[in-house]
Amino acid sequence: MSQLKPTVNSNDHLFGNPAATLELVEYGDYECPHCGHAYPIVKNILERLGPDIKFVFRNFPLTTIHPHAFMAAIAAEAAGLQGKYWEMHDIIFEHQQILAIENLLLFAGRIGLDIGRFQKDIQQKTLSEKVEKDMDSGFRSGVNGTPTFFINGRKFDGDWTGDNLLQYLRDVRAGVGV
Amino acid sequence: MVNTGGGATGHLAGRQRIEILVFDWIPAEKTNTMLSTGTAAPDFRLYSTPDQTLALSELRGRKVILAFYPADWSPVCSNQMALYNEMGKYFSRHNAQLLGISVDSKWCHLAFSDQNKFHFPLLADFEPKGEVARLYEAYDEKTGECLRALYVIDEKGIIRWSYLSPVGINPGADGILDALETLDNVKSIAS
Repeated sequence: MSQLKPTVNSNDHLFGNPAATLELVEYGDYECPHCGHAYPIVKNILERLGPDIKFVFRNFPLTTIHPHAFMAAIAAEAAGLQGKYWEMHDIIFEHQQILAIENLLLFAGRIGLDIGRFQKDIQQKTLSEKVEKDMDSGFRSGVNGTPTFFINGRKFDGDWTGDNLLQYLRDVRAGVGV
Repeated sequence: MVNTGGGATGHLAGRQRIEILVFDWIPAEKTNTMLSTGTAAPDFRLYSTPDQTLALSELRGRKVILAFYPADWSPVCSNQMALYNEMGKYFSRHNAQLLGISVDSKWCHLAFSDQNKFHFPLLADFEPKGEVARLYEAYDEKTGECLRALYVIDEKGIIRWSYLSPVGINPGADGILDALETLDNVKSIAS
């Protein structure tokens, strides 16, 4: 079974309790409809499992089929520089049909970012390098499409739809042999 | 055509024995073993566009990734090829060319490739159907499609890595990347 490479580290955006026993990593593409479908499922999981789980999102934009995905990933990273990564992550997924740059700027305004700084930051090479680094780690970890999930470092090949992923995580938490 | 659908459930021992003997002679029943690493990759020539052909030997001097896949347009294949399509720069960094191969026709490949904006050739193993896939032990006699099989071939045309994935599972790219990196590391140690 494929392993997460590299493991979660300080370059990642982490949501939830850093000391939690459950670690969920998603490789996702902001313009991918399946990732859009997974978004509320993950939200629900984070709410239900609360302090028992930490969540990391790594960028995996398939730019040829999703032309806005790379820029959306950059926008989230740029929001991160102003401490609002997850706010941007959420608003992008909630509007994933309209990810043209003008709308990303509107989103930035709506979540309260300094727009001038945001416009400069999205042109920073370090941000595109960060997104490419995420892609690279995905290829090496055996990501074969989006979304791909890793649970405590191991690739999850099961069904993530409905309550299946939540139930699986509960089983892992309970130490059930999964 | 002999039925190979696991029908060896006859009530008569004698009949069962006959069926087993017959099964031994049916190629579809044999276990799929891929061509061995360290052996020469068989050469072939297939259509890469409606009016151009490509021979494996034309790519001597570069590494080649052969990705056999069951069918254009099927969801898993599209994902697999879309994934590899994003990896152009990774493959070129290793002086490697990716070739997708299925039994679909050159016209079907053209539409599939245009739709997905693929940056690598899709080869049509169409006539005689599956001939190259058979040569590489990557043909499924039951479905008449290619298996989901990967080969990495070095600059001299020698098979260096192979992987047969379950048909329904997109194998990703980590195995290919590891194989390419290992090849380059071995070369840099040797030189």
